[in-house]
Amino acid sequence: MKRHILLDLLVTFMKIGLFTFGGGYAMISMIESCCVEKKKWISHDDMMNITVIAESTPGPIAINCATFMGYEQAGFLGALAATVGIILPSFGVIYGISMLLDNVLEITWIANAFQGIKIAVGILILDVAVTMIKKMPKKPMARLIMWVSFAAMFFINMFHLKFSSIGLMMAAAAVSLAVFAMGGKDSQKDGSGWPEGAGEKGSQGTKGGERK
Amino acid sequence: MIYLQLFLGFLRVGCFAFGGAYGAIPLIRDVVLSYGWLTDEALTYMIAVSESTPGPIMVNLATYIGSTQGGLLGSVIATFAVIFPSFMIILLVITVLKTFLGNPYVQAVLQGLKPCMIGIILATGVYMTVNNCIPLAENSSFNRKAMVVTVILAALMTGVKRKRKKKMSPIALIIAAAGAGIVVFGIV
Repeated sequence: MKRHILLDLLVTFMKIGLFTFGGGYAMISMIESCCVEKKKWISHDDMMNITVIAESTPGPIAINCATFMGYEQAGFLGALAATVGIILPSFGVIYGISMLLDNVLEITWIANAFQGIKIAVGILILDVAVTMIKKMPKKPMARLIMWVSFAAMFFINMFHLKFSSIGLMMAAAAVSLAVFAMGGKDSQKDGSGWPEGAGEKGSQGTKGGERK
Repeated sequence: MIYLQLFLGFLRVGCFAFGGAYGAIPLIRDVVLSYGWLTDEALTYMIAVSESTPGPIMVNLATYIGSTQGGLLGSVIATFAVIFPSFMIILLVITVLKTFLGNPYVQAVLQGLKPCMIGIILATGVYMTVNNCIPLAENSSFNRKAMVVTVILAALMTGVKRKRKKKMSPIALIIAAAGAGIVVFGIV
């Protein structure tokens, strides 16, 4: 049984790794589709938590997500299986490219295919954002933070400002914390925390089994 | 020794690269150029290749540079080094976080982080999609072919969703996009 889940993690994340182009955010839609909707390994809320944590810790978001998901499912070995799985395809592809030494992107039809994929990546990221907004708790404060962050980030992208998303996230966290400290109702009632016994110690070990 | 250099250099990238690859590119450039592994031009090209090949950009760059500098062993070492910090940090965060997540202050922080992140993702998606069709940075005009592909893909997605009552899988969309790219950019 345990071996099954490890193999499952490895194969699933290899598939995700093989089809994720253009960095972390596109990966989120892939993980949502595979791990949340199909495999039902974790809930959408858990996925949100993982994404937030992945964003605010160093390293590629994809790796963070894989490690987290693997650990939730099957402990340390699970984390290892998922992380190795997500690396393996790109390792193979890039190693191959470095061997060939050829300018692969200069082959016309490959370049064209990549132009198409680039467009799909934008759409996938857009789609994952829309899904997240739909499932977001309908609180004015959350909406406000969301739209302000959106405007700020769009501005940053558009004018190529040297301001990373981590600064934006820190500001949002500070605002939310300040409102809470001043006794704002909005953040006190929590509807979307870590589901299923978040604060309870030691719930992690059984989590994988419970969900099956 | 090249293996040690690769390990230390990419360990540094792995430790300090916050917020995904695009935020990390200045750091990567700094490390790569200071060791003299690639020229500036070669690095720019490799970033483009890393973006178009599957997998995280940072990992792709590490694999490539490791391989050109130290063969298979070099690429394994560089890839391992770039992943190792985030792997350990996440394991640490999981164990610590479970205990702290009930804390109302931690919850308050998360309540701020989540919508902010959704906003960032939305902005990235909107920017990328618009920028593909109407390059905002340069003063160039519409990219008509890109618009055609965008419309085809959007139509395909909504069509599949309506017919099957289920979302199209991202993998299917990527494959369709590659096909549409070959046809629209190549032939038409």
